[in-house]
Amino acid sequence: MVAATAEAGPGGSGAASETARSADLPAYNMTVVRQFTLATAFWGIAAFLVGVVIALQLAFPVLNLDLPWTSFGRLRPLHTSAAIFAFGGNALFATSLYVVQRTCRAPLWGGPSLAAFLFWGYQIFIVLAGTGYVMGVTQSKEYAEPEWYVDIWLTIVWVIYLLVYGGTILRRKEPHIYVANWFFLAFIITVAMLHIVNNLAVPVSWVGAKSYILWSGVQDALTQWWYGHNAVGFFLTAGFLGIMYYFVPKRAERPVYSYRLSVIHFWSLIFLYIWAGPHHLHYTALPDWAQSLGMMFSVMLWMPSWGGMINGLMTLSGAWDKLRTDPVLRFLVASVGFYGMSTFEGPVMSIKPVNALSHYTDWTVGHVHSGALGWVAFISFGALYFLVPKLWGRRELFSLKLVSYHFWIATLGIVLYVTSMWISGIMQGLMWRAYNDLGFLQYRFVETVEAMHPYYVIRALGGILFLIGALIMIYNLYRTIRGDYADDRVAEAPQPAGAAAPAAA
Amino acid sequence: MAKFSHAILEKNVVLLAIATLITVSIGGLVEIVPLYTIKSTIEPVQGVRPYSPLELAGRNIYIREGCYNCHSQMVRPFRDEVERYGPYSLAAESMYDHPFQWGSKRTGPDLARVGGKYSNAWHVQHLVDPRSVEPGSVMPPYSFLLRRRLGREDIARHLQANRAVGVPYTEEMIAAAHADMVAQADPEGDHDHDALLERYPKAAVADFDGRPEALTEMDALVAYLQILGRMVDFSKYTVKDLQQ
Repeated sequence: MVAATAEAGPGGSGAASETARSADLPAYNMTVVRQFTLATAFWGIAAFLVGVVIALQLAFPVLNLDLPWTSFGRLRPLHTSAAIFAFGGNALFATSLYVVQRTCRAPLWGGPSLAAFLFWGYQIFIVLAGTGYVMGVTQSKEYAEPEWYVDIWLTIVWVIYLLVYGGTILRRKEPHIYVANWFFLAFIITVAMLHIVNNLAVPVSWVGAKSYILWSGVQDALTQWWYGHNAVGFFLTAGFLGIMYYFVPKRAERPVYSYRLSVIHFWSLIFLYIWAGPHHLHYTALPDWAQSLGMMFSVMLWMPSWGGMINGLMTLSGAWDKLRTDPVLRFLVASVGFYGMSTFEGPVMSIKPVNALSHYTDWTVGHVHSGALGWVAFISFGALYFLVPKLWGRRELFSLKLVSYHFWIATLGIVLYVTSMWISGIMQGLMWRAYNDLGFLQYRFVETVEAMHPYYVIRALGGILFLIGALIMIYNLYRTIRGDYADDRVAEAPQPAGAAAPAAA
Repeated sequence: MAKFSHAILEKNVVLLAIATLITVSIGGLVEIVPLYTIKSTIEPVQGVRPYSPLELAGRNIYIREGCYNCHSQMVRPFRDEVERYGPYSLAAESMYDHPFQWGSKRTGPDLARVGGKYSNAWHVQHLVDPRSVEPGSVMPPYSFLLRRRLGREDIARHLQANRAVGVPYTEEMIAAAHADMVAQADPEGDHDHDALLERYPKAAVADFDGRPEALTEMDALVAYLQILGRMVDFSKYTVKDLQQ
């Protein structure tokens, strides 16, 4: 039963000659998956590019250009939304709609037109949000900046998403719902709840963009970080764990390590995550009891997080050698490693005395990026490399060597990014609280800003490396879609995934 | 072992969805709902009032430009922060903030108590060219604020929307909203400044941007910055008074 369930999904259709057969499965809607896959790659580049720009602005403020549309304050939400919702969101749509069809052995509920609405509806949301930021339309709630009219549009798209996803599961031909789908489903449901509650607002006029949020002050603060932290917990974690639970076993050609662990860590993860929001508000005017509760649950959250990591990593039992030869699997596994690292660092930073130092500093920014670049982006890259040959009916990727280059360049970028932010963050936190011998504050604020300049340059360099890696991926995927094969294959040549596996269907 | 099997949830997506929704609702309910029901969440202090129309317009510019991305408005109760910025922030001080502006990052300094610390002229110069007054700053310049007229003919509707979400603006305040907005930035003009200050005590009345001929976005933003942290008179309170 354990093994059966774990394998039902990924093994649902034979890995062998899947590429060839994908053309013979007309019932599956792969058009929308292809669209979301391309959108993921496109918005990824956009997100990384804006990230590099704003990183450079902090190092060289002249790059703000003294124009309203190009100042850091307007571009930073553009970067975060592009990374989370445009890049991450499209990756989640692409993978979830692929996984739900294959593991349920059922085509998407609602047919091609509803799927097309999902794709275009979501892209319209991204464009509405992004153009708004540049023009100064924002409600200033982090990661929930879009104004009321964009929020309503996203709500409509999201409800359709839930219907299509849930409807497909209802039509499934497999008795069990595969574990990846639990995570995708929890992500869809919880994000709907968070989005609606956090964005309740009264518009000034029905023809204007401006609105005033329903909540105020301390209540608004906790509502926002209940939302904000669980945007991380459900958008960037639960959803991407769904990706892990399908693509890691699939690429490694091993069943998920432990079915029991996936059950335990699923329920404990989604239960505990919701409580963790107050750790964004330590030592603020939020009541102490709420802060302590948030800290306690954040520390406990370490366990289910590592449960997921262990389940992902141990899936490679007996297949570790593939890491040497398959850089796509390397992306997937490294991402799980980064996930483990970030979900250890997070609980540490949620402990109040640690947070007293880290809060408001670049340490937080570094922490977010070890998760966003190392976990979210890496697992998305792995999924893209896995999906593109299959979706376009190619035998394999254009070049595995380029995947390997991408991996090492991006990893170096992350290392530069995260370490420079650790140093600048901890340094600035210590400088703020430093006293001289006479009992006066030792540094003016601006001195702490000046001290960070070299680290801002290193961070921007890390971002540039990450962007270069992603551009190599774009080239590789483009050549793959064109149907080209590089001749570096003979040298590296791993077995193309699944080539040797018996047909299980 | 009890007879419950996880397979029940794995085979019924509706049950799975309902169980998930219940599981993810509990934490939020336990943490957020009491903030509305426990009275001591917001300590009673004197002086917190709704923003004047010009301050509100300035606050909207602060939000529009994304100032919250780099500036917090939340002084924590640490010795170094209290010495650097002033008394630590109270929940009551942001009770009329829709949305709150506590921020999450200090690329620049905290602004919860910036009101009254610098002159209007300093703020204008700093916003036009931050590095002309603070060479080490990495803040973007905002010279366009000086060139942009505020407009905001619909300010009364903004007060109304705020009232709809719970800010106690009176009929009188809404009726006088536009006149008050103009009056606050025009100290020499023929306005009823006494009535303005009656409605909005401690509001800074000044030609903030030094351009008497125009009501600019700069006027509004500086008016907002100058009220930050000044509503509550902390000389009247000791830590003991504020303890819950």
